[in-house]
Amino acid sequence: MVSRSGERVIELQHLSKHYGSVQALDGLSLHVPQGCLYGLLGPNGAGKTTCLRILCTLLSPESGSVSVAGVDALAQPRQVRRLLGYVAQEVAIDKILSGRELLQLQGDLYHLPTSERDRRIVELVDLLGMEEWIDRRCGSYSGGMRRRLDLATGLLHRPRVLVLDEPTVGLDIESRAAIWQVLRQLRDQGTTVLLSSHYLEEVDALADRLAIVEAGRVIAEGTPSELKGALGGDRVTLRVREFSTAEEAERVRGLLVACGGVRQVVVNRAQGYSLNLVVDDTAVLETLRHQLMQADLPVFALAQSRPSLDDVYLQATGRTLMDAELAVAGSRDPKAERKQAMR
Amino acid sequence: MTSATPSYASAGTPAEQEPSAFAEIRQETLALTRRLFLQLQRRPSTLVAGVLQPLIWLILFGALFANAPTGLLPGGESYGRFLGAGVIVFTAFSAALNAGLPVMFDREFGFLNRLLVAPLRSRSSIVLASVLYITSLSLVQSLAIMATAALLGYGWPGGAGLLLVLVTLLLLVFAVTALSLGLAFALPGHIELIAVIFVANLPLLFASTALAPLAFMPAWLRWLASINPLTFAIEPIRAAYAGQVSLSAVVMEAPYGSLTTTTCLLILTALAAGLFLLIRPLLDRKLA
Repeated sequence: MVSRSGERVIELQHLSKHYGSVQALDGLSLHVPQGCLYGLLGPNGAGKTTCLRILCTLLSPESGSVSVAGVDALAQPRQVRRLLGYVAQEVAIDKILSGRELLQLQGDLYHLPTSERDRRIVELVDLLGMEEWIDRRCGSYSGGMRRRLDLATGLLHRPRVLVLDEPTVGLDIESRAAIWQVLRQLRDQGTTVLLSSHYLEEVDALADRLAIVEAGRVIAEGTPSELKGALGGDRVTLRVREFSTAEEAERVRGLLVACGGVRQVVVNRAQGYSLNLVVDDTAVLETLRHQLMQADLPVFALAQSRPSLDDVYLQATGRTLMDAELAVAGSRDPKAERKQAMR
Repeated sequence: MTSATPSYASAGTPAEQEPSAFAEIRQETLALTRRLFLQLQRRPSTLVAGVLQPLIWLILFGALFANAPTGLLPGGESYGRFLGAGVIVFTAFSAALNAGLPVMFDREFGFLNRLLVAPLRSRSSIVLASVLYITSLSLVQSLAIMATAALLGYGWPGGAGLLLVLVTLLLLVFAVTALSLGLAFALPGHIELIAVIFVANLPLLFASTALAPLAFMPAWLRWLASINPLTFAIEPIRAAYAGQVSLSAVVMEAPYGSLTTTTCLLILTALAAGLFLLIRPLLDRKLA
């Protein structure tokens, strides 16, 4: 599913952008294959939003190139706008209009014929579960309703590429799940989806591929399992009994070390003589189970955990995402940023 | 769910022939104008206040000077009749001065970004929608005031006179709308825009011939009133109300010379055109 034709739909090359003295993008490059659900992971202030705004032709970079489906976005912005659906982070809706009226406006701005526009609105209302409130005024909507409506406005013209900036920030679990489901469905139907997020678990659960953005650059790129795999193997915790003795643990350790594909075997005395180890290939675990059985040892618990994206982020940047968020929070100027975003 | 929906997945491929520019501009402009009218329909306070304020001027000011000695005003007209033209122009002027407010709110709340991400055929559609909206709004308000003035016995311009009134108002509204839209993109926020509107409104009214003729004014004010755009709109309308609908008739004795209806209309046309040319680079930059 990752790469249907291998074609790169989005190509960002060496983008640079300053806001005053702040370097928002520092030679960022990004390639997104056709039909991929692509995650842009990084702390607030890493440059994700700037990157997406440039892609959607709202900002021009100081240097670099942007192309969508082979069309140069800097030279032919209108062609690119047709290919893209953009769901911005700040929800800009007209409180006086109903959701349906906003969608009708959006349809007209994308030049859909009226009958097609209205049919498409009915489809999206159904898809996103908006029947109950779509004819109410937007001013009365909750955060989750607004975000669904915003997603619908982005999808109305059936864009080849859907771009979402932090689509689930501050949402309740139900709305988040609904949005995730729609994004997966779109990807399965062949739409390329690019979303930014500072939620590790969101990118981990959703993305086919991801790029970690830090200080205006991509510092790691790949599928979630590639990135985690690069850290080296799965973490495994093995207990033969709930409480083993030291001798038994040593015996098991001997067995494990003798087995190929197992590294860093440690007896954890604090945890009832359980064993911690790293395996490069999960197939090794089956061999292990078999050998333990032959040695007449039971298996009380076998817990396997992959390195998390948090481990990947830590490895790439030397700090956790949480620490990065906290560091950035103090150094941002929301007023200046809002002014920058205003035309 | 329907399964027979056509796909747009290939929108924008070079092979696809583009629909006509006119049809696309029409569609986007109408949609944007419709939005402004829906807002007005659901929040009609702008419309009501825009009629109420000049109405109060008309009634209170009219009453204030109702007993002014007859023969005080040139031609011996009543003050109410004299005031009518001024208040009509003031109505259109105030309405047009607010043209920039919806645009400013769209800038501030990010709705403009939604428009800029869309593949608008021409971004002039955004400006055009504002002009269409504010022009119809101010003309409706002016007509309401004209009807009220007629009921108060201050007269009604017949046939050709009405046409002259509407053309004059239209030119003034274009000029003021251009100014307001320019301010909406030049100023940092709605607070500043409202402040400018508030400050500009009344002095422009007082320094015009809306409330008193040029002959009543001290020399410096007469000069000021004679270069005030409002005056160039008021005097032809006042002449039309007096039944004097001739393009070559002298409607105004300014300190620098006599002006005919044609001259006043030309000045307003030049002003509107000049202001639109002036704000164009700004709009091009902000909507680029």
